[in-house]
This record gives sequence, structure tokens and C-alpha cells, in this order.
Amino acid sequence: MGELTTNTGASDMQAMGEAVRAALPHGTVRAIELERGAELVLRVRSDGLLDVLALLRDAPQFAFEQLMDLCGVDWPERPLRFEVVYNLLSLSRNQRIRVVTEVADAGSVPSVAGLWPCATWYEREAWDMYGIVFEGQTDLRRLLTDYGFEGHPLRKDFPLTGYVEVRYDEERKQVVYEPVKLMQDFRNFDFLSPWEGMTTLPGDEKIHHNRIEGPKP
Amino acid sequence: MSGTAIANPGPVADAASPDAGAARRTIEVDNHTLNFGPQHPAAHGVLRLILEMKGELVERADPHIGLLHRGTEKFVEYKPYLQTIPYMDRLDYVSPMCMEHSYAIAIERLLGIDGDVPRRGRVIRTMFAEITRIMNHLLNITTYALDCGAITPAFPAFEQREHLLEFYEAVGGSHYHVNYFRPGGVAKDVPPEIEARIRTWCRQFPAFVEELEGLLTENRIFKQRTVDIGVMTPEQAMEWGFSGPNLRASGCAWDLRKSQPYEIYPELDFDIPVGRHGDCYDRYLVRVREMMQSLRIVEQCLDRLEPGPVRIRDFKIAPPPRREMKRSMEALIHHFKLYTEGFHVPAGATYTVTEAPKGEFGMYLVADGTNRPYRCKIRAPGFAHLQAMEVLSKGHMLADAVAIIGSLDIVFGEIDR
Repeated sequence: MGELTTNTGASDMQAMGEAVRAALPHGTVRAIELERGAELVLRVRSDGLLDVLALLRDAPQFAFEQLMDLCGVDWPERPLRFEVVYNLLSLSRNQRIRVVTEVADAGSVPSVAGLWPCATWYEREAWDMYGIVFEGQTDLRRLLTDYGFEGHPLRKDFPLTGYVEVRYDEERKQVVYEPVKLMQDFRNFDFLSPWEGMTTLPGDEKIHHNRIEGPKP
Repeated sequence: MSGTAIANPGPVADAASPDAGAARRTIEVDNHTLNFGPQHPAAHGVLRLILEMKGELVERADPHIGLLHRGTEKFVEYKPYLQTIPYMDRLDYVSPMCMEHSYAIAIERLLGIDGDVPRRGRVIRTMFAEITRIMNHLLNITTYALDCGAITPAFPAFEQREHLLEFYEAVGGSHYHVNYFRPGGVAKDVPPEIEARIRTWCRQFPAFVEELEGLLTENRIFKQRTVDIGVMTPEQAMEWGFSGPNLRASGCAWDLRKSQPYEIYPELDFDIPVGRHGDCYDRYLVRVREMMQSLRIVEQCLDRLEPGPVRIRDFKIAPPPRREMKRSMEALIHHFKLYTEGFHVPAGATYTVTEAPKGEFGMYLVADGTNRPYRCKIRAPGFAHLQAMEVLSKGHMLADAVAIIGSLDIVFGEIDR
């Protein structure tokens, strides 16, 4: 079960990461990580992203033919707010790799639709959900949200309940949009109270060896 | 085909010059736009397809999705891990347990307990993943045939599906949204009589598949509608992010159960059917053959079903047995904490995949150390498949577009999320 996603060991993955880093201009690959020793992650600069992905797809020693997933992650407290995550798969070499780049709120990342045509919808979705701009993407329309929707719903500062709700108005004989009215206040339970934080008292790691430390200060 | 024309269909002008007579006629055809769906029965849900037609041929196909968007990924960020599993059932509602499967494994990997799931739990999960695969293919093949004009196969197939749903109900208490696969195993042990019931069902299923194949495989009309329609070369299939039966129909022998195995698949004996032409007919054939292979797996799982625990015995992650809770204070506290606060997952990220009936179902899960996921990206196979609608249907007739949608196995629960 350990090597669920790849058939190679951790050292092979590390070697592959180093090979990618060596094949590119210095500084393009910022970091090579092995997530739990099983998943290879490359953190790259957004201006070198296309070079990295083109290399990974075209070089025969990597041959990542498929872009399986592309998504955004929002970290509002970071200076470069959004992560864009590319999950690649090599069918011929049976390997996976994850390429992560970062972009500021108003910045943009290059589109990879020229490398993999399937990226278009994924980029449209990331634009729709996070407002990440993909430079060179000719079809950056909203994908999942309503026609005329405003805002980017998966951002952490977008409320779960949204801003508008729709209903059918019997008098006007049409669907109308109205500001959200909640019948009861939205409840969001905080389980990170000091009581819960007590899991990190000195010596507690012996009792709670399968729990993890509380939130980082 | 029904569907409302948005723009007026261009007049089919007969611009023949008077002297040419009937022998030589020039027909000018204007492009017009056709709105297909979102309430069209052949749209397999709520697909709105904007088709630009040149005469009867499809020039462009622009699927508008999101009519079933419920914000699953947003909801998941606001709930403890255990309470988010039912959302997964509602993704691909045709194969609910396979949706839970990726999620459960992803959480196990982040918790570092993926090696500790008890053997019986693994066997049950594998067995029900394959039962789900058969269920999914039964629905897809027959509704696809229905789109191509064959209504008969749907009736016996839905009867078979109903038997499988009864197995769902027996183990999880619900027909569809079972919430059965949990991090660390399954929710509860299967009832004792289910083994015999599944065996009985297994014995009669091959005869049904034979009957189904007799109705479709060599059926002239069905073949006319599907052979050489919507052809995808292996190269195209790869660059469009295809996976699962659709990729295999194009000739790529790729199955995550073989190439990146999980659960007890490495010890099971089964084959991967692979197509050659990548057309709608091959996609049908691959699914039919896959059902028989899944049946083999189910039978092998039944043989391997030995008594034992079905979920991990770590009460921080899986609830203690009900009997213990009546007597042990500690068990009661565990139970209470688990169902209110849930468990905390160490910070980290994983992209975990399983071979769902429709293809690679991936879960990109980011944990930040709290009891709720920080980010959960659901990689739905149908999302990539539907996107290729334009390349697949270009130059085909309108009715072929319907066959292509059917052959891709589209379910909007997972595409819109």
C-alpha cells in the first residue's frame, strides 16, 4: 500500500526530481519534495512553468503524456496567495509527478493548453473558482457557476452560504435573485479552542501518538 | 432530435441555375446553432450542449456544464472528515462506493494508516468496488443503447442493478448513498447471509450478459450507430486526459488496478479488456467485457472473505464497537469525540487515485493539521471526457453526437461536483 501511486521507490523519485532540476536553468525548480516518501512534488517558479511542463511531457526520460488534474489552492495569508497544482501521469513509465507553482492575487500563470488541450476546462474552472488568470488561454469563460455569477466561490474569504439565492417568483412568473436570507445564523464550530489545543502539552505525544500537534502558533 | 434552435435555422436555399436542370443542383447550407439540453433525455443529466451545425453536421460542440454544481469542494472544507464522506456518494451517483473509495484511501494515506486496514475490510472494499463497477456499466450500456434506439436491454439490466443495490442496502442500509467506505475500513461488517446471496447472483449473471450481448453486440442498428463514430486515437486520448474504459477502448492497456494497484488487487486474477479502434462501439465492448472481469473479481473476493475485523482498531479514527460503548467510559468518550470533533489529520497533501468505473477518480486532498480538509479537489474522469466532446463529434451528424455522449459515460454529479 505504501507505493500506491508509483511503482518506484523514494530514492528513484528523488533522482528524477534532481534530473528535472538539472535539465532546467538554475532557480526554475525551487524545491523538490517527497510527500510522505511516496509522491514527488516539484515547486517551480511561475515564469519557468511552461519550460518545466514541456520538458516533463516531451523528454523521453520523463514522458508525462497526461495532465490528469489542474487545480488551485487558496492560502490567503501568503504573499503569493494561490497555488496552482498540476498532477501529471506517465502511462509509459507508470509514474506520477506533481508540479506546484505560486501566483499572487493579481498575477497570472502561463496557460498549458498548448501542451495538453484538456487543460482548457481545468483552467476555466480554476479561473471560475479562484480568479486565477491563465495567460494565453483564449477561452477563459466561467465554467461551473451560474451565468452572470460574481465572485470566486472557492476563495477562503467567500462565505459558504454565498451572497445571492434564487427562487421562483409566482407573481412575476420568473426566477428571481435575492440576497441570501438565513433562517438561522450560519454555524461554524471551532474545534481549535484552547481545550483542544491541550493535545500538545509536553509529554502528551506519548498518549496521543497517533494524533498530531495542534495548530501552529 | 428535439432541441430548440436559438438562431433560426438557415434556409436551405436551392440556388440551382435554371439551365442546369435536375442533374446539377447547388445547395447552400447556413450554419445554425442548436441548443441541446439541459433537459434532453439523451443528455444524461443536465448537459447543455451548444451545437453549431453546418447542415446536419456538427461544426462545433460547446458543452455548458455546472447546472448541477453544488459546491461539494467548498462544503468539504467546512466539515470534519467523517461528515464529508456522504458528499462523495453524491458525486457519481451511479457508482457511489467507488467515489468514497478514493476519499477514504486519501485520508488513510494522510493519517499514515493505509497499511493498517484489516484484511477483511480490504476484501469487502474490493468486492463492493467491483459490484459498483458492474452496476455502473449496466446503467451506462443500457442507457447508451437506449439513446441508439434499443429500449429492450434497459429492462433486464435494471433488474440486475436492483439486485446489486439490494446488496448495497444490506451492508450500508441505503440503496444509493451508503456512506460505507470509511477511513480505516468499512462502516460495519456485512450481514452473514450476504455471501450466499452474492454467490447466487454471481451464478446467474453470465447468462444475463450473454443475453445482453445477444441483443446488442451484433445488432445491425446498434453497430450502424456506433462503429466508427467518435474515434479517438491513443495519442488524442492521452492528450485529452482520458482514463478508464474510454482510454482502454483507444488501445492503451492502462488500468490503475494493475499498474498502480491498491487494496487486494495484486493477488487477484483478472484481465483488462482493451479496444482497438477507439470508437463508440469499442467503448461499449470494453465495458461489457469489463463486467465479466469484475464478476471474476467478486467471486475471488468471496473466496477470500475470512472472519476478522473490518475496520482499524484505533478509536481516534474509527468508532469503538457499540457493545463496548455501553460498558466502557473511555469508549463512550471516544465515540463522542469522534462524532463531534472528528479526528485531526497531519498537515500534508496527497493525490490519491482509484480506478472508478468511469476512469481515474482522483482526490487531491490538502490537510492543514485540523479536523477539516483544507482543500479537496475532486478529479472526475467524466470532466475530461466531456471536454473532448468537440473533437469527438466534429463532422458527425447530430444523432451521432447523442451516441458519443452515451458512449463516454457521462454523469453530471461528478462533472459539476
